[in-house]
Amino acid sequence: MNQAYDIPLALNKMAGQLAELGEDYLKNSAMVGIHTGGVWIAQQLHAMTKLEKPLGELDISFYRDDFTRIGMNPQVKPSQLPFSVDDQHIILVDDVLQTGRTIRAAMNELFDYGRPASILLAVLVERSGRELPIDADIVGLNLTLADDEHIKLNGPDNLSLEINRTA
Amino acid sequence: MRKASLQIRKDGRLRHFLSIEGLNAALLQEILDTAESFAGVSAQSIKKVPLLRGKTIVNLFFEPSTRTRTTFELAAKRLSADVLNININASSTSKGETLLDTLRNLEAMHVDMFVTRHSLSGTSHFIAHHVEPHVSVINAGDGWHSHPTQAMLDMFTIRREKGADFGRLTVTIVGDISHSRVARSQINALNLLNTGEVRVVAPRTLLPAGIESLGVHVHHNLRDGIKDADVIILLRLQNERMLGATLPGKHEYYRLFGLTNDNLSIAKPDVTVMHPGPINRGVEIDSQVADGPHSVILQQVTNGIAVRMAVMSMAMQHNTGEEDV
Amino acid sequence: MSESIRLAIEDGRLIDPANNRDEITNLYIADGKVLAIGKKPDGFRADQTINATGLTVIPGLIDTLVHLREPGHEHKATIDSECRCAAANGITTLICRPDTSPVVDTPAVVELIRHQAQLTAKSRVFSVGALTRGLKGEQLSEMAALQEAGCIGVSNAQQPLASSLVTRRALEYASTFGLTVFVYPDDHALSEKGCLHEGPVATRLGLPGIPEASETVAVARDIALVEQTGAHVHFCNITTRRALRMVGRAMFDNISVSADCSIPHLFLTDVDTRNFDSNYHLIPPLRSQSDRDGLRTGLAEGAISLICSGHQPHEPDAKLAPFPATEPGISGLDTLLPLTLRLVDDGLLSLSQAISRLTEGPAKMLNLPYGQLGEGAIADICIFNPKKPWILSHNTMQSRGKNTPFMGWEMNAHVRYTLRDGQIIFNAENDL
Repeated sequence: MNQAYDIPLALNKMAGQLAELGEDYLKNSAMVGIHTGGVWIAQQLHAMTKLEKPLGELDISFYRDDFTRIGMNPQVKPSQLPFSVDDQHIILVDDVLQTGRTIRAAMNELFDYGRPASILLAVLVERSGRELPIDADIVGLNLTLADDEHIKLNGPDNLSLEINRTA
Repeated sequence: MRKASLQIRKDGRLRHFLSIEGLNAALLQEILDTAESFAGVSAQSIKKVPLLRGKTIVNLFFEPSTRTRTTFELAAKRLSADVLNININASSTSKGETLLDTLRNLEAMHVDMFVTRHSLSGTSHFIAHHVEPHVSVINAGDGWHSHPTQAMLDMFTIRREKGADFGRLTVTIVGDISHSRVARSQINALNLLNTGEVRVVAPRTLLPAGIESLGVHVHHNLRDGIKDADVIILLRLQNERMLGATLPGKHEYYRLFGLTNDNLSIAKPDVTVMHPGPINRGVEIDSQVADGPHSVILQQVTNGIAVRMAVMSMAMQHNTGEEDV
Repeated sequence: MSESIRLAIEDGRLIDPANNRDEITNLYIADGKVLAIGKKPDGFRADQTINATGLTVIPGLIDTLVHLREPGHEHKATIDSECRCAAANGITTLICRPDTSPVVDTPAVVELIRHQAQLTAKSRVFSVGALTRGLKGEQLSEMAALQEAGCIGVSNAQQPLASSLVTRRALEYASTFGLTVFVYPDDHALSEKGCLHEGPVATRLGLPGIPEASETVAVARDIALVEQTGAHVHFCNITTRRALRMVGRAMFDNISVSADCSIPHLFLTDVDTRNFDSNYHLIPPLRSQSDRDGLRTGLAEGAISLICSGHQPHEPDAKLAPFPATEPGISGLDTLLPLTLRLVDDGLLSLSQAISRLTEGPAKMLNLPYGQLGEGAIADICIFNPKKPWILSHNTMQSRGKNTPFMGWEMNAHVRYTLRDGQIIFNAENDL
């Protein structure tokens, strides 16, 4: 079911919060989106904040903690990080923050590449259901959803949010 | 039709990878797609992913093979698995432990996967029948029967070179089909992927009885066999063949069946030349062809790692569950 | 020597092909022989009466190809275990092969086997002696001595003979004493490393094949040598249509040869060896469908006058390995009678013909005084229930060896009593 969430408004709010971090910070930081929805959001934010460093993309399929249960996703694309991770300030971007496991996997993967100076988390949607001690620094939308409701970002054009009830 | 078989679990996922026979086209495509993602990993600066961390993979080789064992070892390590290499001389097994006892002893050390190679056909099936439910078996070659990972890396290579539509391809396999587990697996895979035409070329002493029943056209003349071929796969000619009254010698074999630039021109202009290796220069293939622009022999080796990573990770999946966000 | 009892077997369906008999009647046994059929003789008082209502009464079966594994391979089975098994399955006479360890090439080994069988006091056992010393295929064995010790024939089992000259000499020497030579037709050079019939199945499984020619070449050569030497050769366990045709033609031309086939080859083919199941590993191998059909036709037409089990019991380890490394052979005593009767259900033979292949046929070929139940005949008798099917399983098999691809098959003959020399050697109520 598609809700009429105002995504451009949410993105603007996020870009504004990023701007508050200061020009120096933004000049030296690198943005990384998490496939697939996080990349779409990051592409928008990257253009809006005019970051200097090119956008990085992370596929966390190989770092998931539920691999032996749900198995392989055959459509994995390799991660692209067109900058050195060592001593880098990183803005990690994802579409939905729920349990926190995706962010945990993304951080593990980043640390395999090097030692970042800091990681800041920006998400379009923050919702209830955390299972790990992970929090977002920048949030576009706070949503309260029932346990059996699942939210999904559709894109890359005409970004929209869809809520489904899991059976 | 989804039902459990020795190699496939009830939910359709791979459990053992023993032979192409017994699998379905969808599963083969899934292996190829999964291999694509791992191919990217090997090209990254970070060549390791933690997918199989904490898992123990045993390379149980009863037949010596540095090449194959090394690629399996590398593939396992790139998945962050722990690897154990066990080389057992076939003769020492017959003097001492039975195959089953060797297996039980290793299983008692809580391993997760066996990669097996043996000189007797049917060995990996036998091992798969006798392992614990949570253990997977990958066949790295059993006798003349099957070498499914080689076939898959060959299919992967063909797909990369020629695209996903095998239906428009003519693929010719040249050499000792009789004694080749690689050829049998390749023929099975090509047919499962609906290849347009599969041909074999060999003298009669190198063709097994009823080979047509596997779904190939038989040629005894190289030029007939490779005419307008899109892919030519050459098999290694082993020295034993000359000793066993199967062939008169390398010289006549090369003259009749060796691939040279000259007879290569009969195939399609963009023909792809493949060989599972190691190559016998000047016997089944000329150096000029092996090192020439049509040859993808080295790419096959690279692709072998990604394909083996794919097969190992697919076989390690155990149950279905909810996806976590 | 235990005293024989007087027995009456009443109201059973007596099927005795040798004497053209198939009727519900009574049988009276005394002194280990058939005293009378039909009407009770005057003054006859039975010590024991068997009520055979609803049961079939036939001569005790003669199995011409069994491996008893003793001496030498007692971890697989023993004379005791297999004679008991035979008795439980209506088989009263067993012909065992010389490839024991030591080989049956001296009277001492013949005597050892005979003695052991006698101790067991179940089915009787005759040995086939070794054709060459140690079965090595080079030097002739002392065939006369073996014959005097009780061997009913000679054979080189499945071991090759060194050359056609040795084969010729061996045939000539054996025929000096009227000894039948039992030949397992196989050209060793052609079949040497094979473990499956050479054909599409072996190709698919990547297993070295045994070509049809390995049997036909050997049969052709030996038929020619029989013509040359005048010996008598019995080809054991024919598996190919072509070889059978050669034997049939030779028999028609009055050349002194005969042939048998074993139960597995009448039912199974190479296609059944799916997925490397070692229960189907057999030498000579299971052949093509066309070969099986050829054997079945030959059986029906009489070119094959006897069926054997090919009994080769194994311990479990022998079959627990990759296919080519397993030992070939099927444990066949338990299935000989039921599967022969299944050929009747398949419309291949009449009941009388089927029973003849297990009784009269072997007796005639071996020149043994068994296999029939006329007046005065030795009382070897099998009484079974044709309407009590049972399933072949680990528990229901009597042999020590459980290696058979017929596990789970329905067996349609349940042996109730077996008598040898008028003695009850098996009674289903007591002995199971």
